[in-house]
Amino acid sequence: MIGIFASLVDGVLIGSVYGLAAMGLTLIWGVMDVVNLTHGSVIVAGMFALYLLTSAFGISPYLALLPIFIAGFLFGIALYWIAVHRMIGRPPLMILLSTFSVNLVLVGIGTALWGTVLFNVPVTLPGLNVERYTFPGTHILAAVLTAVMAICLYLFLYRTRLGKALRAVASNREAAELSGIPTTRMLSVSFGLGVALAGVSGMLIATLFPFTVLAGDAYQLKSFVVVVLGGLGNPAGALVGGIALGLIEGLAAPFMPVSWTLIIEFALFVVVLIMFPRGIFAFRRS
Amino acid sequence: MKGIFAFTAAAFLMAAPALADDDTLTIGMTLSQTGSLNVDSVSQQRGADLWRDDVNAAGGIKAGDKHYKVRFVTYDDQSQGGRVQQLYTRLIVQDKAQFLFGPYSSGLVATAAVISEQYGKLMLVTGGAEVKTYELGNKYLVEVISAANRYFVGAVDALATKNPHARVAYVYSDDPFSKDVIDQIRDRAKKAGLEIVLDESYAPSTTDFSPLINKIIASKADSLLGGGHYPDGATMARQLYDQKADLKWVTLMVAPGNPEFARLGPAALGITVPSQWEIQTSFKQDFGPSAAEFSKKFQDTFKIAADYHSASGYAGGLILQHAIEQAGSIDPDKVLAVLNAMDVTTFFGHFKIATDPEHHGLQVAHDMVVAQWQMLKNGEMGREVIWPLAVQTAALKYPMH
Repeated sequence: MIGIFASLVDGVLIGSVYGLAAMGLTLIWGVMDVVNLTHGSVIVAGMFALYLLTSAFGISPYLALLPIFIAGFLFGIALYWIAVHRMIGRPPLMILLSTFSVNLVLVGIGTALWGTVLFNVPVTLPGLNVERYTFPGTHILAAVLTAVMAICLYLFLYRTRLGKALRAVASNREAAELSGIPTTRMLSVSFGLGVALAGVSGMLIATLFPFTVLAGDAYQLKSFVVVVLGGLGNPAGALVGGIALGLIEGLAAPFMPVSWTLIIEFALFVVVLIMFPRGIFAFRRS
Repeated sequence: MKGIFAFTAAAFLMAAPALADDDTLTIGMTLSQTGSLNVDSVSQQRGADLWRDDVNAAGGIKAGDKHYKVRFVTYDDQSQGGRVQQLYTRLIVQDKAQFLFGPYSSGLVATAAVISEQYGKLMLVTGGAEVKTYELGNKYLVEVISAANRYFVGAVDALATKNPHARVAYVYSDDPFSKDVIDQIRDRAKKAGLEIVLDESYAPSTTDFSPLINKIIASKADSLLGGGHYPDGATMARQLYDQKADLKWVTLMVAPGNPEFARLGPAALGITVPSQWEIQTSFKQDFGPSAAEFSKKFQDTFKIAADYHSASGYAGGLILQHAIEQAGSIDPDKVLAVLNAMDVTTFFGHFKIATDPEHHGLQVAHDMVVAQWQMLKNGEMGREVIWPLAVQTAALKYPMH
């Protein structure tokens, strides 16, 4: 019984980080109707940013969160103007191809620079022991930081003028423009924000697991599942969806071979797409 | 118009494969410059490259009255079987490769073998251990490394020596090679008296092993045998440490055999790995460099330590070279006849293949060792050979922490 409890707690902890990654993806979709296929490589960029910052300056990994967020934001804005802006309003396939191409370029640059060798950011934090089970401190802190990030995002979207402008653009771009909101600038800000969230999620994942240049694909895939569970364009739903995904992984493991987990996840993915196209947790569009 | 014609002609000339002259031996292969197999594949290729450079520096391969310089034609297979199929066809048909070296990993080798057999090209395999590939009646496939059925033999024997009643969890990647390694060891573990308390495979793309580690803890296992390839094995090792799984013995295939495994820091300590070759192993070679000579040259050339993938890459070249020299010809059938009868030892170990039609090409003589990550006398982390006892370079640390 304690084993099931441990798996559930682990699922919530790691699922919240999946949720943070998916929040970046869904925010971009919600505001811009753009599926960002650079998501995985941006997560990896966050991982490498953490590695480089900690190995170059010897700082605590968690002090790197703010610089990585800011760098991610700026990188996202640059990415918007390079690869996305001219595709807005064109067929969705054009944006898919554009962001996919940038993804390939980023992965290619990463492979050329670092190969696919393993990188590891050693982080030691006291964990929580329950009988024979240990909940690593890194997992607990990652979940706490994710919650803080989610609250900050909520406050930004609902309590600031810029956030309200973003939501207005998400709700009705033409009406927002008629109201004097600089929509193009808002689109670039939302893309920057989405990329920054993905980068920070990568940074947090790098405190938990070793990683390679190619690690992004798996997390991008998870993000898509989470976004579908939580509802397209719904950041709060993404967080709940992430936790739900973690719970599924945790809950399934004690009762069946873990290799079945992927099958369950993607079966659920298809079922939700068919039965609840706005997502199980799509309370409302943010 | 004339300009266009000249440009087109030039383009055709540039696109045509570089034709080797009569004194050049063309060997074709793919390597995974990109994709998930990049680390081990590049390591294997470096070994082969070093062999080629050594051979050419020494005047080439002597076959009868002629000396052949070795030329490699390589392509990036992107770690994908589909690419392997296309590229090995291209190597044979367009690049006119006379001999082939296999790609890295069992899955890619199985795919490449279909092509090499179809065209009757001799292919030496230095990185594909799945036994099944050698049970399909292939005639032109030659395995240089130990097959999957040898991988965990030493680990099981060593564990049984330390704890005859160990409670073992098998946790392994759901890919053909890893499953084969575990399948081949079940009977031996049972006969040794080990109790199997968990038997689970995981998807090769697994990024979080927490649920599996909780299952290992719930099973009350004290030993773990498993792993798969590089990223998953390394992640599992780190999480076993972070989650204090309290295991006395952990053997993971492949990942801990790479020098980069040291990046895990204390999470790497105590982990054991079945290894095709270690720097410390010393076989009395019949020809070619000694292990120490190879290691030094590799270190000097690439500024990194050799691992078993690079050693197997070099050994594959050595074996082919010896076979050609013995045959006195580059005729594939004559070379194959020599390889079938060959029973030799290189710095990499013993070489002899099965010649019965049901297992042709399967390596039957090469022995593996078990290495363990330990703190070395110089204060750094490194691998020590702990099994078999005859070639042990340090005492086995049990329990591992």
